[in-house]
Amino acid sequence: MSLNDTNTLSRINSPKTTYQYDEFDKDFIRERVAEFREQVRRRLEGSLTEEEFRPFRLMNGLYLQLHAYMLRVAIPYGTLTSQQMRRLAEIADRWDKGYGHFTTRQNLQYNWPRLIDTPDILEALAEVDMHAIQTSGNCIRNVTADHFAGVAADEIEDPRPTAEFLRQWSSAHPEFSFLPRKFKIAITGATHDRAATLAHDIGLRLVKNASGEIGYCVIIGGGLGRSPFIGKIIREYVPRSALLAYLEAIMRVYNRYGRRDNKYKARIKILVHEKGIETIRAAVEKEFAAMDHTAFQQDPQEFERVAASFTPPPYEILPSESSKLAKARVETPAFDHFVSVNVSEHKIAGYAIVTVSLKPINGIPGDATSHQMRVLADACDRFGFGELRVSHEQNIILPHVKKDDLFALWQTLDAADLATANAGLVSDIISCPGLDYCSLATARSIPIAQAISQRFSDMARQRRIGKLGIKISGCINACGHHHIGAIGVLGLEKKGQESYQITLGGDPGFSASIGEILGPGVSADQVPEVIEHLVDFYLAERHETEAFIDTWRRLGHARFKDVLRREGEDGADI
Amino acid sequence: MALISKGEFVADDWRRLADEEALPENGKIIISLERLDNALKARGANGDIGVIIDNTLEIDKLTPVLAKLGLIAIAFPSFADGRGFSLARLVRRAGYRGELRASGRLLADQYAHALGCGFDTVEIPDDLAQRQNETQWRSASKTHQRTYQRGYLSSGSILDARRKAMQ
Repeated sequence: MSLNDTNTLSRINSPKTTYQYDEFDKDFIRERVAEFREQVRRRLEGSLTEEEFRPFRLMNGLYLQLHAYMLRVAIPYGTLTSQQMRRLAEIADRWDKGYGHFTTRQNLQYNWPRLIDTPDILEALAEVDMHAIQTSGNCIRNVTADHFAGVAADEIEDPRPTAEFLRQWSSAHPEFSFLPRKFKIAITGATHDRAATLAHDIGLRLVKNASGEIGYCVIIGGGLGRSPFIGKIIREYVPRSALLAYLEAIMRVYNRYGRRDNKYKARIKILVHEKGIETIRAAVEKEFAAMDHTAFQQDPQEFERVAASFTPPPYEILPSESSKLAKARVETPAFDHFVSVNVSEHKIAGYAIVTVSLKPINGIPGDATSHQMRVLADACDRFGFGELRVSHEQNIILPHVKKDDLFALWQTLDAADLATANAGLVSDIISCPGLDYCSLATARSIPIAQAISQRFSDMARQRRIGKLGIKISGCINACGHHHIGAIGVLGLEKKGQESYQITLGGDPGFSASIGEILGPGVSADQVPEVIEHLVDFYLAERHETEAFIDTWRRLGHARFKDVLRREGEDGADI
Repeated sequence: MALISKGEFVADDWRRLADEEALPENGKIIISLERLDNALKARGANGDIGVIIDNTLEIDKLTPVLAKLGLIAIAFPSFADGRGFSLARLVRRAGYRGELRASGRLLADQYAHALGCGFDTVEIPDDLAQRQNETQWRSASKTHQRTYQRGYLSSGSILDARRKAMQ
């Protein structure tokens, strides 16, 4: 079957479960591609210097990395159709080296595009309603959301319509495209925070007020990087009709008063930290009151128009348990493990949410080959209403799979090396690209992730350990979110040598906390061993099914530090 | 300096007065904020006096004299410093209707942003004007036909266009 046939087929078979671009949205994207094509031409002919070109290439997702350009494609709120995934595979084959890297911000990175090809790549994306707009630069970045949005059992409301509403509002903003620094917004509609809303410049939580109306709890000033901060609530409840106006007020205060003298102190978290949340709240409320609100009068109807696109797929009425599934679990132990680890509860009876791990043992976290992308696209057409999600854990989700189909899906995935049953386990490691690709990095990350996953390659042992998040960053910019890993690893450079600082007790959820440093840095080859000691200590001390973070909170940081000190006395050089 | 208005390089009928230069009796002049009160007293408010301000100025410092000014120029210390865009919005919100000028190393690629935030004219140094000529500024004025945001002075919002198309 030719590519076009497959696309046609997937369009027919796929219901519209996500936002549908109309001609105006398409025109907007095409206009941005044409603008960037012209900017590349003007850069090459010398009308724009490299310094002048930089913000515009960044606003179109194009970085200059260690070895080559890197193009970061936006996957707003992590939602992809099968058709879009196929296009990502085609681009990887045609303009890159046949693979892509899914990131912690629900984006996809190509590591080897050429500058002159990027306008064509953007055009190829635009054809399937995709873009790379504002995946970089000092502007409002791609808005991220809970990857279980719309299917989680613990949800007040699907956060994706709000995320799309914000995507449109923030795109090519006349006033807020030259901010002091990058600006990241995340949103969750659930009672479990899978979007790390306390670790973003703005975190939004869908909440109900006393009269049952849905609005937003607005959090500002969270962030990781070299000075990590947990966000603070600026307003408990903003009604939906006032959301854009309130956010505009925050952005204006930040754009005017955020520091511009030092790029490391330019994020809104520093403004909030230095001025205090009360001062910032007062400034935002003052601006909010002074604003002309007539421009926002049509927001409620516009929100409804956007939200109407996110229709649930045509679920069948099914019994909640599947005998077919139960039988396959008994017959095939590997599949049974996959179901217990990678399959989550769906809000509709008879359906399940499947996490496809992009963390095979010894693999590169988040990488997928074009073949794997096509397998995923085909699989979601066959088993999942043509929809995929990218999680900030750098995995792929099939959000609606019939329990009856799980075994067939698993077989398909297994054949493409996509059935690693480690979602949330110790080898499901979040890692930035590190020194292998990134010009900011001070140490390697990927080889560390590979070594840890090898150390724990015994899957039965991983299941015994249970859910445990390890997050690795190759520099203090913290793209690997090490601050909020139950175990965090930060790669630094000390006197020309890589040195890894280990932190414990990070938590990305509603009870968010920043991890505490365990002790002096260790060398690259010691990291797996140190982590193994910590995990063994946890296994010995935990109460029944207690999570690592809870054991750590109960026993205290000092007890974990002691583990390493004892090991040191035994002769290990830690 | 080159002045861009409505996508064209135009002659500037305003003159920037250096701080040590004496106040002329007539003619359109742009002066610093420190000299503004004296100049307005000396010459009266006939619309021939303009002021150049830093992008960090609090708008209430200017509110009492807004109606007397013929031009407000907001300095852009670098093209990456977007404070001037927000200040332009505040100047317009305060009711100023005269010429609003962006002054600094603004790039043609930012023209749409400047117009959207309420600027009428852009004033750039000559070396930049040589690299980014009139053709580039003219086409830049058309690169953002419609914006998602409402309430900005762009060619129109996507929402309005969509509503019109549905009627």
